[in-house]
Amino acid sequence: MEIIMSVVAGILFAAGIYNLLQKQLLRIVIGTVILSNGAHLFILTMGKLKRGAPPVLEYGVSEYADPLPQALILTSIVISFGLTSLLLVLSYRAAQENNTDNMEKLRGNHDE
Amino acid sequence: MMSNLAVLPIIIPLVSGILLAFFHTKTPFVRHAAKLLSVISTGVAAYVFYYVLQNGTVTLETGGWEAPYGIVLVADLLAVTLVLTTNIIGLACIFYAPHSLTEQKEKFYFYTFFFLLITGVSGAFLTGDLFNLFVFFEVLLMASYALITLGGEKVQLRESIKYVLVNLFSSIVFVTTVAFLYSVLGTVNMAQMAERVQEVEQQGILTTIGILLFFVFATKAALFPLYYWLPKPYTVPNPVVSAMFAALLTKVGVYSIIRMFTLVFVHKMEVTHELFIWIAGFTLVFGAIGALSTNNIKLVIAYNIIPAVGFMVMGVGIYNQTALSGSVYYMISDMIIKAALFLLAGAVAHVVGTPDLRKMKGLIHQLPLLGWLLFISAFVLAGVPPFSGFIGKLMIMQGGFADGEIAIVIIGLLSSLLILYSIMKIFVRGFWGEKDESITIDKKTVTALTWPVAFLVFFTVLLGIGAEMFYPVVDDISNQLMNPEIYIDSVFKE
Repeated sequence: MEIIMSVVAGILFAAGIYNLLQKQLLRIVIGTVILSNGAHLFILTMGKLKRGAPPVLEYGVSEYADPLPQALILTSIVISFGLTSLLLVLSYRAAQENNTDNMEKLRGNHDE
Repeated sequence: MMSNLAVLPIIIPLVSGILLAFFHTKTPFVRHAAKLLSVISTGVAAYVFYYVLQNGTVTLETGGWEAPYGIVLVADLLAVTLVLTTNIIGLACIFYAPHSLTEQKEKFYFYTFFFLLITGVSGAFLTGDLFNLFVFFEVLLMASYALITLGGEKVQLRESIKYVLVNLFSSIVFVTTVAFLYSVLGTVNMAQMAERVQEVEQQGILTTIGILLFFVFATKAALFPLYYWLPKPYTVPNPVVSAMFAALLTKVGVYSIIRMFTLVFVHKMEVTHELFIWIAGFTLVFGAIGALSTNNIKLVIAYNIIPAVGFMVMGVGIYNQTALSGSVYYMISDMIIKAALFLLAGAVAHVVGTPDLRKMKGLIHQLPLLGWLLFISAFVLAGVPPFSGFIGKLMIMQGGFADGEIAIVIIGLLSSLLILYSIMKIFVRGFWGEKDESITIDKKTVTALTWPVAFLVFFTVLLGIGAEMFYPVVDDISNQLMNPEIYIDSVFKE
């Protein structure tokens, strides 16, 4: 199971990086979203996948899922959610001001 | 020793930032409140520094969760020294800000984001938990995204997209690396990691993870192959914001490298630390050449951040007590002088109306004090005795010679000359020569912009001339860095 999920995370990473290297701004934003989802899946996989066990640490319970990766993912999801919304607004404003959403044209020149 | 003192440098700026958000339309009130809060924050940081100096490392298990399970804050001497330096820089910037920013920018929550940036930086210095370090990185980056786009000009938006994307990518790699480390070591607590690294049998995978982590921090710190994103975005926001970024953001990256590679990843130094020396060498050369390549004074100073980071990482790469002392000393001095230089360049550009060096001449007639401050800053940056840059570089080089790393020391010396030339170029071309009658100055604004710079330059001069006084502290810091068990014991002793 861990191996399959690692491969899935790898595919997400590849797709994310492919999108990140495009010229269109919106595609880049989507790329970062896919990339961070890949990272979240990867954290879950690294904490060992277990089905049907409660994530709570209690006295006397011997079978439990590791709560730490879940806490990490939750934090990370919140952060990437905030970042994505910021990035969307930022790219919208930048595209509006510069009249283009093409990264090649957003390179800028020396005279400014 | 357990004490709530460890959390104060994080809480105070956080609360200040939130409070000021409520009054954002009342500019005069917010200005004065921000100054007051900044003074309080600096005072508290100074007290915490004094307390740690007297009583040793202070730790705090947040929420009462025991050390390896919950998040632990570790205020050791290195962390509190850097927190104090951060606050001193913040103090200078907050007095500079009202004269440099337009009132509209101030209304758009400048002070709130400013304090949140300080919160993030202080938190990153103080935390003893790798994932928490990531969270504080995000806190300071979020504030920096807001600050870099403040004003919403065309250039700013364009450059900040690159800045945000690079930092976002490195943050995702950071999270992935934490996941790797968790699967190998089963913990994200730095002290426990340090213990477990020694017991793990497959050291190869740990070295790989270590290099991956180095990649993340090197992106934030702007080291050799990864510095390309830094210079331009740092020149587009207001000088106050640039000064904060230059002084604090890259140094958080350097701090993380120092922390992780003296505490946790010390098992395979012939690979990791040797790599640092190579990378430091390239960083020094390319950064110094970059600084010579342009006539934009803000860009010259932004490029100068890069070789300075090279020096600090060189000290970590050499890895002996003298070199680490040098790194820490140079880092403190460089934080202050970079803030001073950006504020200075901002003031000059404000007066002349352009940061283009070709359009300046004879400014010494109009701005005598700023001119001489620039002159001193150039000497500090290049490491001319008796200023503080010299002491730091001297110790790094002594450490280098002691370990037989002659080549890197020579590269360091040569790039110092290039750095001196790049700043002196501003002084010679901008300040010497005939008086330019077309420039009119507003005496009151110039004075207000000058004295925060003078305040910071005073500190670097003090660090240089009073080296006898500060050296024992830095020596103590590097002693703690060379003996990770001091850090581990302070987390686990209770």
